[in-house]
Amino acid sequence: MDAIYVKNLTYRYPTSEKDVLKDVSFQVKKGEFCSIIGANGSGKTTLCNAIRGFVPKFYKGTMTGEVYVNGNNIEQQELGELACSVGFVFQNPFTQISGVAKTVYEELAFGLENMGVSPEEIKDRVEEVLKLTKTEEFRDRNPYQLSGGQQQRIALASILIMNQEILVIDEPTSQLDPQSTDDIFEIIQLMKKMGRTIILVEHKMEQIAQYSDHIIVLDEGKIVLEGTPREVLTHEDCKKYKMRLPQCTTIGKQLQQRGIKLKKLPIILDEAVDEIKMYMGEGREFGCH
Amino acid sequence: MSLVEVKNVSFSYPNGFVAVDDISFSIEAGENIAIVGQNGAGKTTTVKMINGLTKPTKGDIFVDGKNTKEYTTAQIAKMVGYVFQNPDDQIFNNTVYKEIEYGLKRMKIPADERKRRVEESAKLAGMTEYLNYNPYDLPLSLRKFVTIASVIATDCDVMIFDEPTAGQDLEGLQQLAFIIEELKAKGKALITITHDMEFVAQNFERLIIMCNKKVVADGKTKEVFYYEDIMKKARLKQPCLVEMSNRIGAGTTGLDLDAIADFISKTRTCILK
Repeated sequence: MDAIYVKNLTYRYPTSEKDVLKDVSFQVKKGEFCSIIGANGSGKTTLCNAIRGFVPKFYKGTMTGEVYVNGNNIEQQELGELACSVGFVFQNPFTQISGVAKTVYEELAFGLENMGVSPEEIKDRVEEVLKLTKTEEFRDRNPYQLSGGQQQRIALASILIMNQEILVIDEPTSQLDPQSTDDIFEIIQLMKKMGRTIILVEHKMEQIAQYSDHIIVLDEGKIVLEGTPREVLTHEDCKKYKMRLPQCTTIGKQLQQRGIKLKKLPIILDEAVDEIKMYMGEGREFGCH
Repeated sequence: MSLVEVKNVSFSYPNGFVAVDDISFSIEAGENIAIVGQNGAGKTTTVKMINGLTKPTKGDIFVDGKNTKEYTTAQIAKMVGYVFQNPDDQIFNNTVYKEIEYGLKRMKIPADERKRRVEESAKLAGMTEYLNYNPYDLPLSLRKFVTIASVIATDCDVMIFDEPTAGQDLEGLQQLAFIIEELKAKGKALITITHDMEFVAQNFERLIIMCNKKVVADGKTKEVFYYEDIMKKARLKQPCLVEMSNRIGAGTTGLDLDAIADFISKTRTCILK
């Protein structure tokens, strides 16, 4: 069964003059890591909100088409019920952090407290997530006194702790330094290994190329490209949709323009280095050296 | 004296938490500088001190020869414009136009001049078509450009952008690159905090690396990025071009793709012979 099945989804916000999503259909298999990319304003966050039911239940507006989560049409589910299977990490950590907790520890416990989880279990789960997200050192700090990037880690941690099967994560690393970005992707990888289904909105193409199973490209509310990272990122239409590419792919193309004909266009750095070394070393095969 | 002088500056919170520890550097007019470093390295605290929002607890900062400790934040802010990391800390007017105009009104700039400046800075920041929008109807990435336009409009000599690249798509990054270029042409000093090393490699001439509350490197971008030890110590990633260059044995190539292409071609030819 697909974890998520979106069928002919068209949606318009109450105040907007045109459809924000246009006849969008796709499936995400259980345990799959699916990235949604596209320019700002292309409908990525709206699509995330449709998967957690906030579109149209909270934002209203007009929607046609269907969204199924674990085989159930979410139209028939309460938002609270749906929230037990779909976790959502906001784009802006300043929005996610509750504002009611004085310490990171309390912030992480907040969601579980609201669900009536026993204090012993809360304690165990908070400790586990602090370790997992490498945020132990902040446990007694006020979330608002942390830097933007540190807050973003806490925002992710506060959702991980809820143990939902599906995680929808909207730009989790926008404020993060490169090392913390890697740390977050490490956590997301771990979640994938634990069998969670991941829907990720990101602009950082290096990580998307490396970790995704499946990429969906949105342009003006429509799915314009879909497939594996290689299929999507080496597609000739990338330019047409003004997509950011992994830096090594751009460099690969620039090298090709300078007459260096790499056999395949790299999408991750390791691949680029191998391709270049192979190109430089080809002579060896002929025994000329 | 330089336009901005940061002299042995430290900052600690009342509870004793040290955010910046004995840093020094200076900035000239027309320079564009990227500050990179891990979250919590002290980048935002540093720039907030240059803007006068906070004052050093040790050392001094001089802007245009004036010690920030002896002036109010409002007085320093006339010389140093600061674009907050979180645009929502900054925006409070109900149209983009009024938001950009607000600072100019405070500066008592005449109406016709205000209009000219709002329009010009909106154009530079790609905001012209959104002037009548409520900023909160725009996505976060565009709200950031609203705050950038507001600061450009004030025409300060020093401008600080705190993480403008966060959440930007290709078009947003191209817009930013354009703004950086234009501000340089106008002789403004621009300090930008970012985590996007590729963007730094392509757009900034000078690079300051902060690590654990200190400045650990300060120099030409095309040189500093090759300091492998410092980059590692600061837990930063070298831009793709630098790492590629190292790993294929091309060494220090000054962020120059042609130099790498040359190396690849020569190595191949040499082997083929």
